[in-house]
Amino acid sequence: MPADDHTHDHGSELSEMQLRVRALETILTEKGYVDPAALDQIVEKFETKIGPHIGARIVARAWVDPDFKQRLLANASDAVNSLAGFDPVAAHLIAVENTPHTHNVVVCTLCSCYPWSVLGLPPVWYKSAPYRSRTVIDPKGVLAEFGVSLPAGTDVRIWDSTAETRLLVVPMRPAGTEGWSEEALAALVTRDSMVGTGLAKSPEAGKEEAAG
Amino acid sequence: MTNSIHDMGGMHGFGPVVPETDEPVFHADWERRVYALQRAMGATGLWTIDGGRASLENLPPLAYLAASYYKRWFLGLERRVVTHGLVGKDEIAAGRALRPGIRLNRKLSLEDARTMSFAHFDRPAPGPARFKAADRVRTTNINPPTHTRLPRYARGKLGTVEAVRGCHVFPDTAAVGAGENPQWLYAVVFSGRELWGEEADPSIKVSIEAFEPYLVPA
Repeated sequence: MPADDHTHDHGSELSEMQLRVRALETILTEKGYVDPAALDQIVEKFETKIGPHIGARIVARAWVDPDFKQRLLANASDAVNSLAGFDPVAAHLIAVENTPHTHNVVVCTLCSCYPWSVLGLPPVWYKSAPYRSRTVIDPKGVLAEFGVSLPAGTDVRIWDSTAETRLLVVPMRPAGTEGWSEEALAALVTRDSMVGTGLAKSPEAGKEEAAG
Repeated sequence: MTNSIHDMGGMHGFGPVVPETDEPVFHADWERRVYALQRAMGATGLWTIDGGRASLENLPPLAYLAASYYKRWFLGLERRVVTHGLVGKDEIAAGRALRPGIRLNRKLSLEDARTMSFAHFDRPAPGPARFKAADRVRTTNINPPTHTRLPRYARGKLGTVEAVRGCHVFPDTAAVGAGENPQWLYAVVFSGRELWGEEADPSIKVSIEAFEPYLVPA
């Protein structure tokens, strides 16, 4: 097994960690530092409410509304927070647009910075040593591991999230989606396409998934 | 620590990236609790986000690599509550509180968790920005024994300012309790060849988010 960040938690580690974490939570609760109900609320929020569906709606809106796209690329936090029907997103959000000439990829080489207010918590691979080490030096090799190969002549732009700014990639709108509703378009926008390790789904792939 | 194992950009040997299909948000119940505890204790304001990161970076390299992501968070949190005098080592060993807690200025309430406000790191500027878009800059070659957000692979490199991000809390001082010391922040872009040498793919560019003290005019 490679020296991956992610150790699957089987057997002894599971029980050891379960016990140690429970003990710490007990101590912090007994000492009055944390409220278990607030902890439950945080978990519920990240498991059920905050996720890539938020980013997908933002991208779909940008695809259908050029004025919004312009504002999104100028100041993503302000643009999203001015929209009706969207929950507020974090400050310092920056949207970068993929074009036929440039493909953007986001990484955090130093830790795990990720635009969680629009994508939810990062997947294990994003926080893993292989992704953090190689994306800045061999981005095309990393993209190949995600099954992404870009047309010759496409520049690759890596964004290392070394501050509290957070990057959201606006993938290219797939061909053959002219006239689609925002909702139908949002279903084509994957989490990986908003990190830059994927592309938005084609209409055919989107349909197969809906049918399957 | 700065030149520690967490600073991974450009390293070889970690193997391929292995994405997981239909990955759950958490992989075990204790990961849920660690995540929530981290956020709740962060809300007490007793340490900064940078201080939190520094405590993970200070884990011994072998422990850092061997631990899963949330285990690292747990180890860092356990360390932090002890070093800040919130919990005694004897209490960690006993698995229960042996004394009443100290008084906190802030505590995350259920309502706070419901509304989940976002932290802001932008601050009023102490002076005008030194650089503007399109300026050529060189990153400093620094190796402080304390926390920094200038990765090793981007030190002493020639780049171009692409955007001015406003003025933000400076992690290098905030992490060591030396204050927010707000600094201008820039997106600085480098060619792949500047970072990785003449053999590098010419179609690659890499940017970092660089605080003004990391930059000198070039």
